[in-house]
Amino acid sequence: MAEFLDMGGYAVFVWAAYGLCAAALVGLALHSLKAGKQARDRVEALRPRRRKGA
Amino acid sequence: MHRFANPAEFNRLADRILPWSLAIMAGAFAAGLYLALFASPPDYQQGDSVRIMYVHVPAAWMAMFTYMVMAGASFTALVWRHPLADLAGKAAAPIGATFTALALVTGSLWGKPMWGTYWEWDGRMTSVLVLFFLYLGYMAVWQSMDDEAKAGRAASILALVGVANIPIIKFSVDWWNTLHQPASVMRMGGPTIDGTMLWPLLIMALAYKAYFVTVFLWRMKLEINRRKLSVLSQAEVYG
Repeated sequence: MAEFLDMGGYAVFVWAAYGLCAAALVGLALHSLKAGKQARDRVEALRPRRRKGA
Repeated sequence: MHRFANPAEFNRLADRILPWSLAIMAGAFAAGLYLALFASPPDYQQGDSVRIMYVHVPAAWMAMFTYMVMAGASFTALVWRHPLADLAGKAAAPIGATFTALALVTGSLWGKPMWGTYWEWDGRMTSVLVLFFLYLGYMAVWQSMDDEAKAGRAASILALVGVANIPIIKFSVDWWNTLHQPASVMRMGGPTIDGTMLWPLLIMALAYKAYFVTVFLWRMKLEINRRKLSVLSQAEVYG
């Protein structure tokens, strides 16, 4: 296990590369989902009000 | 294509694709990461640092692929005025910018132990940095104008001008002296990379592609709702 984590002496570079990829890709996906839900909720909130007014 | 100009129709299509793209993404990342980190051999010259390739190369491929999606959408928006096309470009841009940033950063982390430097102002690295700024510029143009139609047109024109950079990236390693290695997968005469490394790389590339499809569809639905909101709020004010 220690040998695996050491990555033949390149641990810092290999794990930084994988870590940054994971963080950025997960971050963008979560942000997209969250913003999507917010926008959907706001559209839903506007709709009934307009129907009542119409 | 014009059938999917109807947002409701597009959303239905997206909801049909999303379970598949999510499943492919999960499966390919699981298999790809296992192969990349455990099953594939260390390189005889580069040792275990070669494992950076499996996250670096797909990011670089997807950086260019996403740009072509954005440029294709921009062209469609300008020429045929397809109502969802400029939104497709807008949805793709942050994903492409992320892939490009990851290609640059992981390349840098690979360059330090192998070349002895994090950065070199050569053709490949400089042109990919330009690609990153094209994405940022495209997103900035969208933000800079209140009139969505105008912003979309200006951003689309920028995206099309920037296409000139794509062949420069691709051929930079052949045209100029560089530390960066030339193509070893997408080249005439077939890949020169060994199968034990090619397969993990291709599976990781599939995972990145499925990730793109998934997040792109989420962002398309987001942009469609945002446009709906701006139409609805204008109707509130002027209606």
